[in-house]
Amino acid sequence: MPELELFLQTLIAGFLLGGLYGLIALGMALIMGVMRVINLAHGDFMMIAMYIAYWLFTLFEIDPYLSVFVAAPALFLFGLAIQKYLLTPVMKVESILPHNLVILTVGLAMVFSNLATVFFTGDYRSTPVSYASNAWYLTDYWPDSPIELSLSMPWTLSFVIAVIITIALWIFLTKTDTGKSIRATSQDHDAALLMGVNVNRVRMVTFGIGMILVAAAGCLFIPIYYLYPALGRQFTNVGFVITVIGGMGSTDGAIIGGLILGIFESMTATYIGMGWAPAGRFAIFVAALVFLPGGVASILRKRRLGK
Amino acid sequence: MKKFLPLIIFAALCLVPLMDLSSYVMHILILVLMWSVIGMAWNILGGYTGQVSFGHAAFFGFGAYTAGLLYYHLEISAWWGIPGCVIILTALSLVVGYICLRLRGAYFALATLALGEICRVATENLVDFTQGNLGIMLRERTWVDKTWYFYIILLIAAGTYVLIKVVMESKLGYYFVAIREDQDAAESLGIDTTFYKTISLCLSGVLTGIAGAFFMNYMGYIDPGVVFPLYDISITIVMVVMVGGAATYWGPIVGAVIMVFLAEEIRSIPYIGAAHMTIFGVILILIILFLPNGIVGDFRKLMKPFKRKREATS
Repeated sequence: MPELELFLQTLIAGFLLGGLYGLIALGMALIMGVMRVINLAHGDFMMIAMYIAYWLFTLFEIDPYLSVFVAAPALFLFGLAIQKYLLTPVMKVESILPHNLVILTVGLAMVFSNLATVFFTGDYRSTPVSYASNAWYLTDYWPDSPIELSLSMPWTLSFVIAVIITIALWIFLTKTDTGKSIRATSQDHDAALLMGVNVNRVRMVTFGIGMILVAAAGCLFIPIYYLYPALGRQFTNVGFVITVIGGMGSTDGAIIGGLILGIFESMTATYIGMGWAPAGRFAIFVAALVFLPGGVASILRKRRLGK
Repeated sequence: MKKFLPLIIFAALCLVPLMDLSSYVMHILILVLMWSVIGMAWNILGGYTGQVSFGHAAFFGFGAYTAGLLYYHLEISAWWGIPGCVIILTALSLVVGYICLRLRGAYFALATLALGEICRVATENLVDFTQGNLGIMLRERTWVDKTWYFYIILLIAAGTYVLIKVVMESKLGYYFVAIREDQDAAESLGIDTTFYKTISLCLSGVLTGIAGAFFMNYMGYIDPGVVFPLYDISITIVMVVMVGGAATYWGPIVGAVIMVFLAEEIRSIPYIGAAHMTIFGVILILIILFLPNGIVGDFRKLMKPFKRKREATS
């Protein structure tokens, strides 16, 4: 049954990819919810994190998964600085053009990706970890299974860590005061302000957390992917497509949207062709805009209200 | 005097080819005019109607590919692309408008961003139809000399300027501005906002497409990386308008002059040339921070320090 095998294998690959995509989109959705800004430099921040992980691996042979502990705090601080010295001042600027902040993030993306090209050249890089090609095979555990499936070790590892980080974020958002004020600000900015939430601080913290998530995603992606300076744009696209599929600013939507996109993309790559995978990404984006403008979040909300 | 300024500039530009300038200078002038057409086109949608588009490269590339494919498949002159792209781009704009102008907020910006990428990926992959990354080349350009190209693009630019002036001083223009200022208020006054936003997109898209079709004829070669890139076309258009001043008649023209010269100058400096994107990005950030309405829009603010000095000395 090679066809079924192929289908299931694609499904697994898509699911694993989707979990990682979800992590990228989570940061974007958080920032979108609190600041009402699509961060179009999101992927480029991820690219920076990936370069940190790459250089730590090449120079000091630190495992990419461990470099999360370096990249995440570094990007957190970087994010705070960007929020404080660039985004907050621009919020106060009055201009004819709307989406001033979005254009600002595009400017940031241009600077980052170009500086990366200047400093690190346009070469494709990767971290050849020792376990890169390790995998678990179904037949090893169930010798007479009719089909053969495999599970790549770094992919699974990355996926599991992504799930752990997502759960940690969920606990943070629902149990701690800071998390609650982030959710409050995202629901209603003015009401949160009236309830005594320091909205400016919440914005900074949120941007920082978004950076932590994207830094983690970068470190999880580097063992299984390759790295080049213009990579950011691709992941920015992934991020905003998921944000729209999931519903603007919804974190639950981002996770589900990530899985949908991951599976859809790996299906287009397998059945239509590698080159069309980005087009598939945008096809589902357009479909979401036409048929479900509120995203997955609107379905979730209806369910909740229907109860 | 001020009333005749456009006419004077137009007359002066008409005389430029008689000055026997070098072909490089003519090339720069043609690029400046082309970018002002694109900037003015973007300005209708972004500046006046308030719908920021990050994917105007899609319209530009569609225009260029219309001309190129007419030439390649039907073997007629690529100049037919200019009338041809009016039809094609109206259709494209209607589809895009129907899908994403119903929605508010950042959806339109994101959808246009996606549109540019979709066009690039599609042209890269539809190898049988578009030649993919090989691109399309005109076997011979219509003229070797640049004079006629200059007059054609000058005519297009003048036409665009007049069209925008007429539109913006008619009822339509006031509808556009009303939508930008307050969409709810506009809707409550009986303006069909989606319809007028779509008209604005059509105008903007068609004009950008004409510039694209001209580009095909002028350069003689296009490929997806040349006409559909995000930073080199889409964002540069936004920058042209932001540097010059959104929602002003002269803003895009001033912006085009500055951006084209800047791009040429920076790229020709050794070592720094590779970092021209960084410099553009920094300029973009500085403009947003300190001159949010551009040079023309914030002209008074720019002149303030000089005025105060004059007062102090007198």
